[in-house]
Amino acid sequence: MAPLALSVLVPMIAGTALALTASVERRRAAVAAAIGATLASLALLALALARVGDGRTVVWWGDWPPRGRVVGIDFAVDGLGGGLALFVTVLALPALLMAGYAIRASAQLFYGACLIFVAAMVGYCLTGDLFNLFVFFELMSVTAYVLVGYEVRRRAPLEGALTFAVTNSVGSILLLFGIGLLYGKAGALNMAQLGRALGHVGPSGVVIVAFAFVCVGLLVKAAVVPFHFWTADAYGVAPTPVLILLAGVFSELGLYGFARVFWTVFEPAFAAHHDAVRAVFVSLGVLTGLLGAVLALAQHHLKRMLAFVVVSQIGLFLIGIGLLSDDGLAGTAIFLVGDGLAKAALFICVGVVQHRYDGIEERTLHGRARALRPLGAVYLVAALTVADLPPFGTFLGKALVEDAALGAPGWAWLPAVMALISALAAGALLRAGLRVFRGVGEPAPRDARFASGADDEQRADEEEDVAVGVPTAIAAVLVLGALLWGLVPGLAQSVADAAARFTDTAGYAAAVLGGSAPAAVVPHVRDPGSTAYLYAAATLAGTAVVAWLGVAGRSLPRAAMRAIDAVRALHSGRPGDYVAWTAGGAAVLGALFALTLR
Amino acid sequence: MTVLPYLVAGWLLVVGLWGAITSRHLVHQVVCLTVVQSSTYVLLLAVGYRSGGYAPIVSSSVPPSSPFVDPIVQALALTDVVVEATVVAVLLALTVQAHKRFGTADPDRLGELSG
Repeated sequence: MAPLALSVLVPMIAGTALALTASVERRRAAVAAAIGATLASLALLALALARVGDGRTVVWWGDWPPRGRVVGIDFAVDGLGGGLALFVTVLALPALLMAGYAIRASAQLFYGACLIFVAAMVGYCLTGDLFNLFVFFELMSVTAYVLVGYEVRRRAPLEGALTFAVTNSVGSILLLFGIGLLYGKAGALNMAQLGRALGHVGPSGVVIVAFAFVCVGLLVKAAVVPFHFWTADAYGVAPTPVLILLAGVFSELGLYGFARVFWTVFEPAFAAHHDAVRAVFVSLGVLTGLLGAVLALAQHHLKRMLAFVVVSQIGLFLIGIGLLSDDGLAGTAIFLVGDGLAKAALFICVGVVQHRYDGIEERTLHGRARALRPLGAVYLVAALTVADLPPFGTFLGKALVEDAALGAPGWAWLPAVMALISALAAGALLRAGLRVFRGVGEPAPRDARFASGADDEQRADEEEDVAVGVPTAIAAVLVLGALLWGLVPGLAQSVADAAARFTDTAGYAAAVLGGSAPAAVVPHVRDPGSTAYLYAAATLAGTAVVAWLGVAGRSLPRAAMRAIDAVRALHSGRPGDYVAWTAGGAAVLGALFALTLR
Repeated sequence: MTVLPYLVAGWLLVVGLWGAITSRHLVHQVVCLTVVQSSTYVLLLAVGYRSGGYAPIVSSSVPPSSPFVDPIVQALALTDVVVEATVVAVLLALTVQAHKRFGTADPDRLGELSG
């Protein structure tokens, strides 16, 4: 009981205390308290995870275990959920350290909000109760709105936070609506109990509608097309420390929630419809990946470009999860950690350049960061990590997902598409890096869509005295972490074991509610074979070609450019439009489920 | 149990979303979101309602083994109200800042971000 409960309570109480005492700003004490609370949570989670080992740990809050029927709320922790919570606390450390450089005004409040954000994300990963999941989901959303709009004195962050908040609130409400329908149908909120009840109900109309609502709520958070519109607006304006958490793990939590809810609650109802579910979610993943990558390539605003890279990677994760296989899920989990570390490093690099040279556009920054050699090197290595460079963690994870796709009848073409998505996204990163840090090739073209570009150019060519050393070191450590993550011995097999338990619906229900279940079949995963190296080589070559074409100033044929411009125009920055896309997407997804899941 | 509360919940969901989509004023948009949110209150209470049921308070004036309405959904609705109040507070705070600093509460005229 104690470690799991405290891993949420310690940062939550510390964060509340910091926020309440924010009027007596003591910056050093606040940093120490924030980092101390995060380290404590990290250690407690590591301890709990070591105890979980090969099984699951179930704890009942207030000591209310099920007696006949479930009344209490439980944390049900397995390797993947606990591991993701641990990753949240790991990424919180660089975020808190960076806040010392990036946050000037009311820092103590910022640290407080960060801690509550972390506590909510940890609780979200551990909980076994659907309504409790919703409450943590809302808590992490609200703190994220506050953190994104922290620099409220400027216009863009304010607007980004509003768009983010309105769109995501709609998602949360739809999630809750789905939960209400499920409770009405099955009379339970505990995920294990819901799963057992829905196994008897089967795929009825209400269950399908509830599934659609719950999925939409979680996919808005995950930034899956067509629910992704808020992402660039929020990630383009958020302070760098917040972006480490947002890009590294926050979006991915939406996908984690989807996987958790599918495998515990809905799987028994849709056991006969795996093919249909797979088709819907893998297609959504491909669409998200391709659209994100193409839009990243079309961007010259560095943070917006990174935001679309995040969207493209979400597409790849959704492909891995949507394959509904243990090795696909395990690969995604490994991929997600390596990729999260690399994206956090990329956002730090871009943040440093933005503050030092007071600009964010590729064009105005062209060649200006040449002096920051170590930072440039870190950026380029991180970009190559996104491009699947062996033996980084991203390579190992993606190799597993590729194996899963090749093993699923009819999906053997997926690895090629995944390589294309990675090459386009990483090519955009590499192109921007070569221009900004090396001054290679032509300056980027003027971007008519970027309204404040004019401000950017009026600014004096002077450098601001912004610390570079420590942020560079933090980014370097993150990239090194992504490298070492791929070299952990036996990682693939132990994550595959955890994934097998994650997808073992009956075993989960038995662990929470009692009863027995057949032992889960653990897949045997092999080390990346020659095909994996082949796809990685193709991805790297594609990345180089895309980046080279980019810096050489080649553009696509006019018709393609016009099409891309039309898609970009849909990202209007108006919350109303994004809500319309969310509602429309929900209707389409519901209709698809109604057609395919009966 | 009638189907009426479910229709009301669905109606609130749809009109609230429609309002949020077409709104030209941030305060109006936030209120529309609370309308959408209200659909979940109605849904939850409808789910737990029992015809002829007592309030779920155990006391001597209620005959034993008489039907109760479900107290869990009422707790959920209450939690939901608290959560929504937080979200609305944050949204309205942002709106106030937008109006104070940039002189507009029209999401379209705030527009600096696009593409």
